[in-house]
Amino acid sequence: MIPHTLAVSDLTAGYGDTTILNGLNLDIPPGKITAIVGANACGKSTLLRTMTRLLRPAAGQVLLDGQSIHRMPARMLARTLGLLPQSPIAPEGITVADLVSRGRHPHHGLFARWTKADDEAVAEALNATRTATLADRAVDELSGGQRQRVWIAMALAQQTDLLLLDEPTTFLDIANQIEVLDLLTDLNRARGTTVLMVLHDLNLAARYADRLIAMAGGRVHAMGPPGEVLTEDMVQAVFALRSHIIRDPTSGKPMMLPVGRHRMEDGAL
Amino acid sequence: MTTAHLMQRDRQLRGRHRRRLIGLLAAIVVTLIAVTLMLGQSFTPPADVLRVLTGGDVPGAAFTVGQLRLPRAVLGLLAGISFGLGGAAFQVMLRNPLASPDIIGISSGASAAAVFAIVVLGWDGPVVPVFAIAAGLGIAMLVYGLSFKGGVAGARLILVGIGVSAMLESVIAYVLARAPSGTLQDAMRWLTGSVNGARLQDALPLLVAVIVFGTLLLSRARDLEALRLGDDTASALGVRVGRTRIVVIVAAVGLISVATAVAGPIAFVAFLSGPIASRIMGRDGSVLLPAALIGAVLVLAGDYVGQFLLPARYPVGVVTGALGAPYLIYLIVRANRNGGAS
Repeated sequence: MIPHTLAVSDLTAGYGDTTILNGLNLDIPPGKITAIVGANACGKSTLLRTMTRLLRPAAGQVLLDGQSIHRMPARMLARTLGLLPQSPIAPEGITVADLVSRGRHPHHGLFARWTKADDEAVAEALNATRTATLADRAVDELSGGQRQRVWIAMALAQQTDLLLLDEPTTFLDIANQIEVLDLLTDLNRARGTTVLMVLHDLNLAARYADRLIAMAGGRVHAMGPPGEVLTEDMVQAVFALRSHIIRDPTSGKPMMLPVGRHRMEDGAL
Repeated sequence: MTTAHLMQRDRQLRGRHRRRLIGLLAAIVVTLIAVTLMLGQSFTPPADVLRVLTGGDVPGAAFTVGQLRLPRAVLGLLAGISFGLGGAAFQVMLRNPLASPDIIGISSGASAAAVFAIVVLGWDGPVVPVFAIAAGLGIAMLVYGLSFKGGVAGARLILVGIGVSAMLESVIAYVLARAPSGTLQDAMRWLTGSVNGARLQDALPLLVAVIVFGTLLLSRARDLEALRLGDDTASALGVRVGRTRIVVIVAAVGLISVATAVAGPIAFVAFLSGPIASRIMGRDGSVLLPAALIGAVLVLAGDYVGQFLLPARYPVGVVTGALGAPYLIYLIVRANRNGGAS
C-alpha cells in the first residue's frame, strides 16, 4: 500500500469576515497518529473542518497526494479520507448494524448493489470495535462509550486510509477515553491507517500520538514528537498556564501537571 | 457463522421484509383504485370497468366510470404520491416531522398562487401549476431567509413557516371572498383540498411532475438517508450536502406545488405519509417510496370515505385533515416537552 500524504499549504480560513487560520503550513506524517492540541478557539476545529472539506478555505490548499481536496469528486475523497465529526446524529431507532452500514455509502454509485465485500467491511468494523454483539440494538439505547465505538465502527466501515476525528473522547469517562484511544492505536498498527485527531487532554495526546501539533491563535506553535513539544514553556505559551512536566510512568512520555492559584503545599514552586 | 455471514443473512431477511411491505402497500393502492372505479352511487361490474378503460363503449358506465370515477382515481393517485413523496423528503432532509411542506407554508403558498391565478388573473391550463411552483419555491426561500440567523434551526424554521402559512391562508380566503363566482366547492378545494370535479387533462401536468421530480427525488434517496446522520457526517461520507439539498428542495416543492395547483392542498397528507411509512417500515432504509404509496392510500381512501361513508359528502381534505390534526397536536406537545427538539 502506498501511504497517502495529507498536507496543508498556505491555508487561510475562517467564518464570514473572521479569519481564524492565517497562512498555515502542515504535513501530516503518513501511517502515524497525530494529535492537534490547543486552547479553546485556537483554530484546531477550523483546521480539521477545512481539511475534511466541511469548510472552504479563503486561500491556500489542502492537498491529498498533492491534489487539492476541494477539487476532488466528493465520493472519491470519501473513499480515502474519513471523518468522525464532533456531534454526529443517530436517527431515532436506527440499529447499530444499519448505522455502521452507512459507512459504505461512498463505495456505492447510484445503482450499485450491496455486495459481499460490503458485508465483510461492516463485519470487520463491528468486530474491531467489539460492537458485533450490539448489532441488533438501537443506537439511542446504548451507553456513551458504546455509542462512540459504534460511530468509530461506521468510520472504519468506510475503509479509508486516513481517519480524522474531532474530539473523539469528549463526554466519555476516563475508561472509555482510554478504550477509544487504544482502539485507534490498534487500527493504526494493524492497518497502517493515518490518524489525525483533535484532543483536549494533553496527557492522553502525549501518550497516544506519535506527533503533536500545538496550535495557538490560528498558527502552529510547535510540532513534533510529544517529548519535544510538551514542555512547560509550550503550555505557558499556548494555554497561559503554569505547569510541571513529569515523566509518565506508563509510557515514558511527558506528562503535564497544571499549577493553579490555590491548593499549593507550603514551599511548592 | 461469521459476523459477515450473519450480516448478510440479516440484510437479506430485512430486504425481503421491505419488499413484501412495499408490495402490500402497492396492492392496497391498486385495490382502492379498483373500488373507486367500481363502487360509487351504483355498482359497475369489473368487466364493464375494464371495457371502459380499454376504450370500449358501455352505455351508462362510459360516463360514470370514464368521466367521473377514472379522473378522480387518477388524480387521487398522483396527488397522493406527490404529497407523500414531497412531504417525506422535507421531513427527512430537515430531520423533523413538523418540517412538512403543508405545515411550513409551501402548500398554502402554492395554493394561494393557484387561486390568485385562476380567480383574479383568469388563467387556466398548465400555466397555473408552473405559477404555483414559482410561488412554492418563493415561499420556501422566504421561510428559509426569515429563519436564517447564522444558520437555520429546525424549530425556528417551523415557527416562521407556521406564521407564513397562516398569512397565506388569509390571502386565499380574501381572494375567494372577492371572487365573482366564489362557490363553497372552490373554497373547500383551495383551503383543504379536493378531487371533486376532476378532469383527466388536469392530471397530465401532475403526471409529468411525478415522473420528473419523483425520479429526481428517488435518485437522491440514499444521499438523503446519509443526511439524517447530520450534515458533517453526510459530507464525510461523500455527499455534496448543498447540492443535494437544492435538488431535494426543488423536486419536493415541484411535486407539492403542482399537486396543490390541481387538487388543492389536501390537508396533512404530506405531513402524515412519512411518519406512517416509517412506523410501518421500521427505521431502516429509505422512507420515500413507501411514503409515496401511503400518500396515495390516504388520498384514495380519504376521498372514498368523504364521498360515500359519511352522512354528507365531504371533500377529501376534510377527512385527511381530521386524521392529521390529532397527530399534529401530539407532535407539538412532544416537541414542547423536549424543548423544541422534536
